[in-house]
Amino acid sequence: MPAPLLEMRGIGKSFPGVRALSDVSLTLAAGEVLVLVGENGAGKSTLMKILAGALRADGGQISIDGAPVEIDSPQRAQHLGIGMIYQEFTLVPQLTAVANVTLGAEPTRGGLIDSRAAVQSAMRVFDELGLRVPLDVPVAKLSVGQQQLVEIAKVLARSARIIVMDEPTAALADREIEGLFAVVARLRSAGAGIIYISHRMEELSRIADRIAVMRDGSIVETRPAQDFSGEDIIRAMVGRKLDSHFPKLPADPKDAAVRLQVESLTRTPAFQDVGFRVRAGEIVGLAGLIGAGRTEILRAIAGADVPDRGEVRIDDRRLRPGDIAGAIAAGVAFITEDRKAQGLVLGMSVRENVSLAHLADFVDRDLLIDAAREREAATRMIAELQIRTPSTEQLVRNLSGGTQQKVVLAKWLLGNAGVFLFDEPTRGIDIGAKTEIYKIMLELLARGAAIVIVSSDLPEVLGMAHRVLVIREGRIRAEFVRDDATPEKVIAVATGAAA
Amino acid sequence: MTQRDRLWYWLRIAAALGFLIAMIAIVDVASHGSFLEPSNIVRVLRQITYNCVLGIGQTFVIITSGIDLSVGSLVALTGVVAALFANSVHLSGFPLIAATLIVAVAVGCAAGWVNALPVVKLNLPPFITTLAMLEMALGASFILSHGRPVALQSSDFENTGIGSFLGGVTNALHLPSIPIPVVWMLVVIVAASVLLNRTRFGRYVFAIGGNEEAARLAGINVARVKTMVYMISGGCAAIVGFLYMALFSSGSPQTGTGDELLESIAAVVVGGTSLMGGRGSVIGTFFGALLIGVLYNAMNLLNVDSYLQKVLLGAVILLAVVLDELRKRYIAR
Repeated sequence: MPAPLLEMRGIGKSFPGVRALSDVSLTLAAGEVLVLVGENGAGKSTLMKILAGALRADGGQISIDGAPVEIDSPQRAQHLGIGMIYQEFTLVPQLTAVANVTLGAEPTRGGLIDSRAAVQSAMRVFDELGLRVPLDVPVAKLSVGQQQLVEIAKVLARSARIIVMDEPTAALADREIEGLFAVVARLRSAGAGIIYISHRMEELSRIADRIAVMRDGSIVETRPAQDFSGEDIIRAMVGRKLDSHFPKLPADPKDAAVRLQVESLTRTPAFQDVGFRVRAGEIVGLAGLIGAGRTEILRAIAGADVPDRGEVRIDDRRLRPGDIAGAIAAGVAFITEDRKAQGLVLGMSVRENVSLAHLADFVDRDLLIDAAREREAATRMIAELQIRTPSTEQLVRNLSGGTQQKVVLAKWLLGNAGVFLFDEPTRGIDIGAKTEIYKIMLELLARGAAIVIVSSDLPEVLGMAHRVLVIREGRIRAEFVRDDATPEKVIAVATGAAA
Repeated sequence: MTQRDRLWYWLRIAAALGFLIAMIAIVDVASHGSFLEPSNIVRVLRQITYNCVLGIGQTFVIITSGIDLSVGSLVALTGVVAALFANSVHLSGFPLIAATLIVAVAVGCAAGWVNALPVVKLNLPPFITTLAMLEMALGASFILSHGRPVALQSSDFENTGIGSFLGGVTNALHLPSIPIPVVWMLVVIVAASVLLNRTRFGRYVFAIGGNEEAARLAGINVARVKTMVYMISGGCAAIVGFLYMALFSSGSPQTGTGDELLESIAAVVVGGTSLMGGRGSVIGTFFGALLIGVLYNAMNLLNVDSYLQKVLLGAVILLAVVLDELRKRYIAR
């Protein structure tokens, strides 16, 4: 038996506080399509980044054609014939398809770019793929599907034999998906090995030779595609977990007043006709895959984006669309998914960050900020949330992720907000800090707050919400009450395997 | 601040002071004591007034990570408009001075508002919009003045331009007289410091420069704050235009269009304000302007060739920003 095209054996990778991959092994034969599935955070991207040389493994061995290789940089990976097609395109939008395909390897003559040779070499790739793409216009003018084909051509032009596609159909229309599948089939028959990452159950059986399921940093099951039913795949993805580090939620407050009411909220193309209510003392979870529109819904509620139509009511008062200050005044707190980019001013102190959204409360008659009162409030929040910082004047930049998240929370708690929108509240923070954040949520409930949680960590949504709404492609597709919500059911709806 | 930050903060201040004192000592010895004469110190302060006030307006803009290239032209425009206004109204004495100042500042703020409009509405880079204003304001000042300085008909402005503050007192104490423009500078420094460090507006300026999206999501009206910083910068340019007009007894379309723009930005940057935004101070800009002023003054006293002066000034600016970058890398680690 010949050596496989690619073999990864015993790959491990740790980040501070997280074991992202442990002892992962996979093989890929020439002319094979291996589909990699798994929940968000299962380790697929980390594994592929190691293959592409963007990350270095802590341990393990990678062999190509049976020979061990050392992949220490993206250039090295490219040289070894490994090509990555990322979800985010890596094209230069102002350049033509030809210029993009030959970028970094332009044929030259006498020191100048030989444009005829460039067109020829690009054409050769496009012909092999059976593609028709306009070659002389900036790629920004092409459709998303065409851009993706250019992306693939770019990888092939560098003689890639191992091709990784990360959710390639996520942004494509149905017709374009067919085109992509044809290209994949052609690559396979030409002897390339393809690793294809996908969330869409319906496409797996169409293109996969084998399917590998990842969970919690390991490959838990690999089978030929025809032996792997949709239910089996979901079961393998979910496992039997449901961690018990979640505190016990108080009972569903069925008679409490509705604090947040969302009616037919629409912002095309992100989400359509979203409506739900959250009562005082209740947590509602929004589950779904990345890109399903969950964050966008929160942003529209908080006034960060203007919806096309629909309305948001807080304590039965209608919010003006797109009015962040108005939403804050009404008691909305939006704890964003990216603390560093959206939640905090890293170069400012804990005190300044905590008071930022409610600075008006600290201004005297003479229009100056009362620094003593401001410091007092920050000190109070530090004690209340047990924020681990040496002082109120510590720059937020120097704090750990979990502590930073508490500073964000402190900022909103200071204003006595009543409706909390949590977007990925515990991403990238350690388990101890997670538990503390959950406890704070319970305290908020006890004070009569209404909470919405968006999280890609499914156990978190199921463990911390009274009700779970499952979003797929911008719409609420299903609603489960806590006792009914199993990971299997939620994933089935989120991936489109069930309606 | 962590201990390391605090250490660096004091090291920086100590280094700057040490540099300044060493320079002063060397220059004073080399110039046979003429550098530290009170009259020379006052001269330096008077010379840096205009640069410092322009720089303070610029400081607000730069902390939001913007830039205002139009300030030099606005000095010319506001000076010309102020002179034309003063010549056309039937006022005298204090009412005339006050009304003229108000008109100048109104013109400067209006220009700043125009600068900000495309920045906040269309997200255009301020480099371009203020560059356009630079040209427009310059052209307008030439049109309004027909290309010639507009001589003031009233002599009421003389005291504002070249007079001294509480001259009787300083004379009695045998101190050098304090020029009125220097007093203006001190007033601007104090007012701007309070505005930047003690008010909500000032806090928002820093927040926007540090993380505009976080500021927006905290409910801050980013467009309004940004508009205000360009208006402040225009207003500071107008104060300088007014002071120059008073100094020269005329409003000239060529005043302020030389080195003023770049040297005021240099004062801001040398004073520790980050061009990336989010960090800076009014007092820093004052010291930046002072450093540049002292450098020029010293080089003049030491008869340094005027072309070489430029080279040395450039080297000092470069040194200042390199130190700033090294400091940032130290913190990032």
